[in-house]
Amino acid sequence: MINEVIINLLYIIAAILFIFGLKMLGNAKLARKGNLVSAIGMLIAIVAALVSNEVLEWQWVAIGMIAGSIVGAIAARMVAMTAMPEMVALFNGTGGAASLLVGWSEYQRYVSAGEVLDVSVFSLLIITVTVLIGGVTFTGSIIAWGKLSEKIPSKPIQYPGQQIVNVLIVLLLIGGAVIFAPLREMVIIDSYALLISIIVLSCILGISFVIPIGGGDMPVVISLLNSLSGMAACAAGFVITSNVLIVAGALVGSSGIILTTIMCKAMNRKLTNVLFSGFGSGKTQSGP
Amino acid sequence: MEIMLVFVLILASFLGFELISKVPSQLHTPLMSGSNAISGITVVGAILSLAGTFVAGGETARIVLGTLAVFFATINVVGGYMVTDRMLSMFTSAKKEGKHD
Repeated sequence: MINEVIINLLYIIAAILFIFGLKMLGNAKLARKGNLVSAIGMLIAIVAALVSNEVLEWQWVAIGMIAGSIVGAIAARMVAMTAMPEMVALFNGTGGAASLLVGWSEYQRYVSAGEVLDVSVFSLLIITVTVLIGGVTFTGSIIAWGKLSEKIPSKPIQYPGQQIVNVLIVLLLIGGAVIFAPLREMVIIDSYALLISIIVLSCILGISFVIPIGGGDMPVVISLLNSLSGMAACAAGFVITSNVLIVAGALVGSSGIILTTIMCKAMNRKLTNVLFSGFGSGKTQSGP
Repeated sequence: MEIMLVFVLILASFLGFELISKVPSQLHTPLMSGSNAISGITVVGAILSLAGTFVAGGETARIVLGTLAVFFATINVVGGYMVTDRMLSMFTSAKKEGKHD
């Protein structure tokens, strides 16, 4: 419909606004303006996406956006000042879920067109990465939300051999991805079952990864999950070959890692301690 | 084509590393929340997943997946920006009341 050059220009403008917005968010005086700048960037990106392609399912885009706006706005308005960090965790989870769904839907596109057997290894691998990171972000964020709001006991939940179970899940996931991506001779049904197992395993991994971490460390974990959701968006960008997703996702992913380490330092903790030991339950700080 | 995307990924990642350096501790949570809203960019992917040719019939699965993706991503975008703005608004007003110099 509209010239492709103009669409891409809009995406570039959006990316620039994200960069400035993020920079300004780190400065006390400019932070609120920075948030607005990045919101305008988002609006431009959405408009560009809406006019770029022949969206055939307008009614569904509209329904999704209107319903999502209502839910998001009400949640952001109603939440108590003290409960904001856990609300951020929930929003982060929805972002992860969305990336997962984008990857899945792209796979469904291949299945519907009967093209799964012709898809490149790269495409299938990147779909796997997208649903994996998206799934971990989704359930991990929900657990973080539960722990902060005390819906789940905020103290570390541990059992013997927990690390081994986690490693096993990761190995299973890697194995699944390795089989999933290159096996083109696979019957579509088998391939689909494998994708679903990868999605389910990723969701389990998100839970088992956050559950042994104490509530006191949740802000750091949410920051890390935020970085992950950026990477999920970035991976989704590879799936649909969109530069703006890759740029914005990578910005959030890498700046999120920096922010996570800054937060760790401010709390006088090491990231590895936060992730792999059950400290920080709030009452016993037996760290060095 | 794919290698160009990897190129973009690497440059943007380095930019992200450099963008955040010294952040006052009161801004940690708003910054996290604000960048979380940016990760809602996946909404663009969700919209585009509902674009393109739909094979007549039998595409219910894609429509369901795409619509859910748009729904979740929009929650992230709208909620994320609004909650960040709320955090920052109380931050600036508290500062004005506290120390006026």
